[in-house]
Amino acid sequence: MATLKLTDVGKTYGGTVEVLKHINLDIKEGELIVFVGPSGCGKSTLLRMIAGLEKISAGTLEIDGDVVNDVPPAQRGIAMVFQSYALYPHMTVRENMSFALKIAKQSKDEIDAAVDRAAKMLQLEDYLDRLPKALSGGQRQRVAIGRSIVRDPKVYLFDEPLSNLDAALRVATRIEIAQLKEKMPERTMIYVTHDQVEAMTLATRIVVLANKGVAQVGTPLELYERPNSEFVAQFIGSPSMNLLKGEVVSTGAQTRVHLGNDGVAFSDYPTTEADQGLQVKVGVRPEDCRIAKDGDFYFYEGKVDITEALGEVTLLYFEAEMGQDPVIAKLPGVHSNMRGQTVRLTTESDKVHLFADGVSLHYREGTPEPENA
Amino acid sequence: MSPIIQGILTIIIGVGGCITYFYASNWVLDHLIFPARTDDRGRNINRATMVRPWLFLFPAIFALGLYLVYPVVGSFYRSLFNRSGEEFIGLGNYYYLFAEDGFRVAVFNNFLWILFVPAAATFFGLIIAELTDKLSWGNLAKSLIFMPMAISFVGASLIWKFVYANDPDIGIINAVRDSMGLSPIDVLQIPFWNNFFIMFIMVWMQTGFAMVILSAALRGIPEETVEASILDGANPFQIFFRIKVPQIRSTIIVVWTTITFLTLKIFDIVYTMTGGNFDTEILPSYMMDYMFRDDGRATAVAFVIMLIVLPVMIWNIRQAQREA
Ligand SMILES: Nc1ncnc2c1ncn2[C@@H]1O[C@H](COP(=O)(O)OP(=O)(O)OP(=O)(O)O)[C@@H](O)[C@H]1O
Ligand SMILES: [Mg+2]
Repeated sequence: MATLKLTDVGKTYGGTVEVLKHINLDIKEGELIVFVGPSGCGKSTLLRMIAGLEKISAGTLEIDGDVVNDVPPAQRGIAMVFQSYALYPHMTVRENMSFALKIAKQSKDEIDAAVDRAAKMLQLEDYLDRLPKALSGGQRQRVAIGRSIVRDPKVYLFDEPLSNLDAALRVATRIEIAQLKEKMPERTMIYVTHDQVEAMTLATRIVVLANKGVAQVGTPLELYERPNSEFVAQFIGSPSMNLLKGEVVSTGAQTRVHLGNDGVAFSDYPTTEADQGLQVKVGVRPEDCRIAKDGDFYFYEGKVDITEALGEVTLLYFEAEMGQDPVIAKLPGVHSNMRGQTVRLTTESDKVHLFADGVSLHYREGTPEPENA
Repeated sequence: MSPIIQGILTIIIGVGGCITYFYASNWVLDHLIFPARTDDRGRNINRATMVRPWLFLFPAIFALGLYLVYPVVGSFYRSLFNRSGEEFIGLGNYYYLFAEDGFRVAVFNNFLWILFVPAAATFFGLIIAELTDKLSWGNLAKSLIFMPMAISFVGASLIWKFVYANDPDIGIINAVRDSMGLSPIDVLQIPFWNNFFIMFIMVWMQTGFAMVILSAALRGIPEETVEASILDGANPFQIFFRIKVPQIRSTIIVVWTTITFLTLKIFDIVYTMTGGNFDTEILPSYMMDYMFRDDGRATAVAFVIMLIVLPVMIWNIRQAQREA
């Protein structure tokens, strides 16, 4: 029901502190957009500008084609769920959920119907007469979501809504939010999170914010499979992608790269004659690493320093020089006996990412931009 | 002996005395009264544990009893005697008071004071706290409004005597009237309303106190609840009265009752402004009229004041316990 369009949006605090600049985003109806990025990169600020709680210093924000830069928050048709829930402590759950409708002077019957419907959807019927302080964290979060639903807004904004919940409740509430989205397919949602899993599972598209701007926009799998920069490559996925220095030795539809210690990697990133001898960073995700059989090509050889058995997988941390990130491999099964062994790693050519000067070779000029970017 | 040495000596004796008391009484309890050595050792330890809190509380209870309970009982006892304190007259002083017009006026005025002053001071304090919060010169305004707190009641009365002065060259009210061609009036002599002119001095003095406390409380409100209500479409009035004020309810109550207690003790303002004339008497100033002349009646008034304070006090303690 609602599209959002941000054009060249920027935010400057006090005329000098520039936090965001040149943000361009096109959000389609019914999308669930997730903002991720390092702490302090301006995710909350961007969300609050969309909500109208923060003035937009530059550029325009359009909702359904209307510029709303100067439209008061309540008239933008937006609801926001805060990290701290921000429930009104002196009101019962019912009063919390009906406040907006009372302000809007709706009739008592309409209000009751809307509240009951939302309460049913979120299984809050038994708590309607309680004060927020008599609720658990998860229940409070549901009330906060219920408070938005009741207003039936065009756009939902969530600022790290699950970060105050424990791990189990987080998973449960995440699924609830996903189900909620399914029940309201035409509602647009924007969601800020630090949690990789939340971002990957909920998002129709992820927006990675960094360095005051948008680093990359794309579906979770696009970002995972074809990150456009070293930054995004290392930001998405946990543990982070391994990056190793290499040199392009043969070009074409498949690129061959030589790394140190006789390491060789083949990548599906295409290169041209001109790239011969190019110094690149070779990126391989820990979960894409396999142990090379004798005689196979390998891109890395190292001594296992630490093993972390997580049950279904084992993380191998290789010895690294001081100050450098260790290469990490994530292998299925239990391999706790590999400590101290020298191991060679290999992978498939479609899992090898190449970056030159921090930028992915996949997105260089001449190669087609992915959709939606 | 120099005062410094005297002071240090007092501290040493006081602190040393306390330590000696606690140590010695504890020792006596454990070794002489309920020794843990004899046959019923477990029982003795239990009994000692039961007695110990009272042992340690005793000095505090004793001091409180001496300085709080005894005066109350003593005053009541004194109020049952005639002016010289020689003849027991039962409730004679009270009968006299309730039959007297001046006393009834004082009780009526006192209720006016209790109703108006705390309400007005808290209300103004709240409004000012909210309005000055976002202003760049808000802190300056707050300092100015807080200043009357530092003035003595008599000093404040003197200032307001000038404000209310009959002479248009001195009093601002009559200066304004004068400029409009009206003849000067003495506002302190207008029946009934003169009370409000006097009460306003107290409001002027207490608004600063209310403002400071409430301003701190307002700042303690989670900003997000305010932002949530903005998104919910509340206008500034609704945000203030339906989101902010309810959240600082307990602080408002504390401020309100604190000013109520202060108001119940005021006599200086009335004493200096009108001396209780023109029907402006309130109970404490009425009591002052009898003090040193008829202590029986004066203590009877004091006792009536205490009875009026009591419900406010009980309610206040209840509130405080409920918050905890
Ligand atoms: N009022 C302000 N004045 C100046 N700078 C501010 C102000 N508010 C926020 N900032 C700055 O703006 C930047 C972005 O803040 P923001 O809260 O949007 O970050 P974030 O991405 O949400 O971080 P987090 O993930 O930790 O929540 C921060 O560097 C912060 O210091
Ligand atoms: Mg944030």
